[in-house]
Amino acid sequence: MNKDSIFRFLLSTAALLVLLFTAGIIYALVSRSTEAFQEYGVWGFVGNAEWDPRSATEEYGALSFILGTLYTSFFALLLCIPFSLAVALFNGEYYKGKKISSAVRSIVDLLAGIPSIVYGLWGFYTLRPLVIALGVSAQGFGIFLSSVVLAIMIIPYASSLSSEFLSMVPNNLKEGAYSLGATQIEVVQYISLPSAGSGIVASYILALGRALGETMAVTMLIGNTNRIPRGLSDTGNTMASVIANQFGEADGLKLSSLIAIGLLLFIITAVINLIAKLIMKKISLI
Amino acid sequence: MRLLLLFTILSTLLISCGNASSGSGESGTVITISGAGATFPYPYYNIVFRDYMRLHGNATVNYGAIGSGGGIRSLRDRSVDFGASDAFLNQKEIGSMGAEVIHVATCMGGVVMAYTLNEVDSLRMTGPLIADIYLGKIKKWNDPRLVAENPTVKLPDLEITPVYRSDGSGTTFNFSEYLSVVSPAWQRIMGKGKALKWEAGIAAKGNPGVAGIVQQTEGAIGYIGSEYALTLKLPTAKLKNRAGFYVDATLASISAAANVKLPDDMRATITDSGDPAAYPISLFTWLLVYRDQYYDDRTLSDARELVNLLLYVISPEGQKVAAQINYAPLSEQALDKTRQLIGEINWNGEILAPYPPPGNSIAVAVSDSVNVTASPNNGQQ
Repeated sequence: MNKDSIFRFLLSTAALLVLLFTAGIIYALVSRSTEAFQEYGVWGFVGNAEWDPRSATEEYGALSFILGTLYTSFFALLLCIPFSLAVALFNGEYYKGKKISSAVRSIVDLLAGIPSIVYGLWGFYTLRPLVIALGVSAQGFGIFLSSVVLAIMIIPYASSLSSEFLSMVPNNLKEGAYSLGATQIEVVQYISLPSAGSGIVASYILALGRALGETMAVTMLIGNTNRIPRGLSDTGNTMASVIANQFGEADGLKLSSLIAIGLLLFIITAVINLIAKLIMKKISLI
Repeated sequence: MRLLLLFTILSTLLISCGNASSGSGESGTVITISGAGATFPYPYYNIVFRDYMRLHGNATVNYGAIGSGGGIRSLRDRSVDFGASDAFLNQKEIGSMGAEVIHVATCMGGVVMAYTLNEVDSLRMTGPLIADIYLGKIKKWNDPRLVAENPTVKLPDLEITPVYRSDGSGTTFNFSEYLSVVSPAWQRIMGKGKALKWEAGIAAKGNPGVAGIVQQTEGAIGYIGSEYALTLKLPTAKLKNRAGFYVDATLASISAAANVKLPDDMRATITDSGDPAAYPISLFTWLLVYRDQYYDDRTLSDARELVNLLLYVISPEGQKVAAQINYAPLSEQALDKTRQLIGEINWNGEILAPYPPPGNSIAVAVSDSVNVTASPNNGQQ
């Protein structure tokens, strides 16, 4: 065998292994969650908000965690839009290619490197007293606090991709607009944002996927109450967080239900990523 | 679950290697004792097993704190030599074990009510009041029923934030067991268990999680393992015991809870103890071993080493360590019954630590037998 074919062999084995790992994860999730799905049925499990671990009245449903996850993630997405859009326009439009832009970019990227537990601690000790002072709730924990921290965590994911897409907007389009007498804000409004629009949407969807799976920081801040949250100031629980909390002492049906929640989370994030990929693919075709 | 166990055992192994190497100057066959289970007594076991390894150079003890449930499962699978649990085996579990299991009580603990209220440095509580706070029936600190219990304290007009464990826990089990005894409403609505369906409050993982929220939240109250709360010196409520006295959780008041008639198999809950000095939410924690050690490929030396370890844990030295890190030592009666149970452990019919041992008092006999049975092992090398 020559060098080329050895290298080729190594590469394809490595790639195949990654595929096998993915398949293995899916297999483990599916096989170990069947007990729960057989007991309640898929929709009976997904649509039930009851989570009762007491052996006499044992009953498990995922609805309150699915809703808790969606509430926190979408609210976080909403909160992050003004900030990440501003950063994206700063980097990809107004100060494109300038030194200040790369400085801002590295600082925002730094946010992505902070471990989740550090965000959790910061939320617990710094942000929570502020939330109490704002009068959102008596003890501060809940959907609101978690969403604010999540929003800060996903800003770098949303902004860096969006600024890429903004800087990809063809210069001749913008120059044409300027030559017709458009102001910079009009160029952003009528040229840059519309042409980069679907890319920006895709980057927000990817950021949403990131927020859905976030565990540690949310566990520390959401209050971990296993029921449907009644509003932004209420406490709740998310899919990732209930697994992290209850996995240790779980067995039997409860363990299977937790793994089933893991599978659902996997499916939700996979679908979200797929949507983002499809949107981005459409852009590159244009 | 297996993987988790393997991981914890591996990590304990890695950690304990450092400790063992200092003591194992003598060469010879190393006997490894492995155990897994409760997290509550883990700090105690960590130290007492290390001390044991220092005294017995040929023994290595690994303990994985994977939770009581995992410990029981591991013992059932025979993948460990002993399990550890904060709740004794119920009839169903006993039936599933395949052979008779002995409950060796190792130390005692309590569940305390920690709270944070500015300008309130002493608080009195009763079981029914705690139950109603967690049921969401008592919502404010200046509720008339709380005020009636605390006539000398000025309680604020502030919302109560009850805090509970988000993970399954022996602490939750003992807390809810006690409330089921003293409050019919609690028994009807909540029941007892390692995890419950809660009516009010917020949740956090582990003693550190609950303690963190309680300490940082004005008006919060939470139940925490006594060993953790005493070490942190958190402000805790005095609880009214069955005899009508308001008792602080101390090592003495927790030990006093065992001053009731204990069953011979030591499967006893001692919550709501009748002793006047007793702290009402007190509990035993146990090591679980098979009575007949002649199974799988276990050798006589394996069984002997395990019995020596058990004897060391309940010896005066072992119990002294417990008290030093805020676990309550076993009462005289509990020690005696436990020693008697260890006397039943046999290997193919051979009793390994006969009871009553030769000698007069239990304390002397226990430390004697450690030395006596330890010598044949050293001789074998």
